[in-house]
Amino acid sequence: MKDKNSIANTIKVATGVCLVAAIIVSTAAVTLRPHQEDNRNLFRQLNVLQAAGMYERGMDVAAAFERIERRFIEFETGEYAELDASFDPIRAARDPARSRSLRDDPAGIGRQANYGEVFLARDEDGNLTRVIFPVHGYGLWSTMYGFIALEPDLNTISGISFFEHGETPGLGGEIENPSWQNNWIGTRLRNEAGDLVFRVDRGRTPDGVPDADYRIDGLSGATITANGVQAMVRFWFGDQGYEPYKRRLSQQMNNGEVLN
Amino acid sequence: MSEQKPREVLLAPIFANNPIALQILGICSALAITTKMSTTVTMCIAVIFVMTFSNFFVSLIRNIIPSNIRIIVQMTIITALVILVDQVLQAFAFQLSRELSVFVGLIITNCIVMGRAEAFAMQNPPLISAVDGFGNALGYSVVLLIVGFCRELFGSGSVFGYQIMPLSTEGGWYVANGLMLLPPSAFFLIAGFIWVLRTFRVEQVETEEFEIGPNTRVSPAF
Repeated sequence: MKDKNSIANTIKVATGVCLVAAIIVSTAAVTLRPHQEDNRNLFRQLNVLQAAGMYERGMDVAAAFERIERRFIEFETGEYAELDASFDPIRAARDPARSRSLRDDPAGIGRQANYGEVFLARDEDGNLTRVIFPVHGYGLWSTMYGFIALEPDLNTISGISFFEHGETPGLGGEIENPSWQNNWIGTRLRNEAGDLVFRVDRGRTPDGVPDADYRIDGLSGATITANGVQAMVRFWFGDQGYEPYKRRLSQQMNNGEVLN
Repeated sequence: MSEQKPREVLLAPIFANNPIALQILGICSALAITTKMSTTVTMCIAVIFVMTFSNFFVSLIRNIIPSNIRIIVQMTIITALVILVDQVLQAFAFQLSRELSVFVGLIITNCIVMGRAEAFAMQNPPLISAVDGFGNALGYSVVLLIVGFCRELFGSGSVFGYQIMPLSTEGGWYVANGLMLLPPSAFFLIAGFIWVLRTFRVEQVETEEFEIGPNTRVSPAF
């Protein structure tokens, strides 16, 4: 047998092993992609339901999601837009033709797509019960993706969920903790004057403060993550985010128009 | 190297030469993913798959692997297998793969996998190497399953998600031991496992490297 330590053999073995490994890995990745996308989609739907408070353990997510309407909106005007169902605002944000670079960027997301999506949940009679907004923003060292559900008054938070983030487990990762998320319920975004005063405290919100309705407890040991969450909420419910849409929607509701 | 019996190669790593209990390898993942039986079992299956095949393939090409790049060749084979497992989990067991998160990927750096590839598969024919990988993965799995069982039972009062002991937070009588859900509890459990094992297999007890001398008494010091 030839010398297995020769340079020729070294190159041959290295190339061969890499080639075989690459073929196996890429075949697996390509053939399994449809399944993985389905799973990811289902998981997103599950999180929408969770934010809306409609999720129960072991329920059929896809069936429950049929009661939720997915609509696309144009951020600037707040009008509904007709887009292809495969539209993904996160992916669109990377495409310069379909997004804009943010000059005022408190949430640290860099670019924002021109169009976004909202989810409308209705009861059996067709009355609007929840509006669920996708949000994302930068925490300590990762972008946090989540959903925030609002009551039909479009000001009171009825639930939140995070479905993807890379914050420190046990510290910033506590944004996933259901008991922390519970303290969002009933918190309001804007005060009577219409100012966006929502904030995440450092530590627990002190008892008896007058603006307690607009504050949620912070996360100890995760100030930067908590600040990121606050900036994210303020950005997405501000004028650059869903505010134009919310304004239009509540006008429609006040006029008693049939929502569409 | 002398001829090895498949039975011995398969069974020895379970108790006689357990990779975790005797060689103290692969502890990191044993701490991280044993809070629940479902994740533990998934991890065990993944490791069994990876080790069996990595040993097999490394052994298959052992005679042509140049010795100066042998580690990276082993790594490439192991990595390809681990990615394969990760992709399959993401496609068919999405919830579990989320719970296991990075720890599936970290099988690559599990010392047991590379240790067996380097120590056994590089010197032995493919089939017996596969058996050795399978046996060592079983040894790893036995410890993980015991740790996972104790942690889920005492930490959450359940096994495989089925409530055995109703929790006090949900109106039952069992006050869950929160420590069991934290990583350090796995250290205690593994240490307990080693202790019990060495009580029955005295030959595993290491001889002391040195003996502590008696305390200096006051009189000879002066």
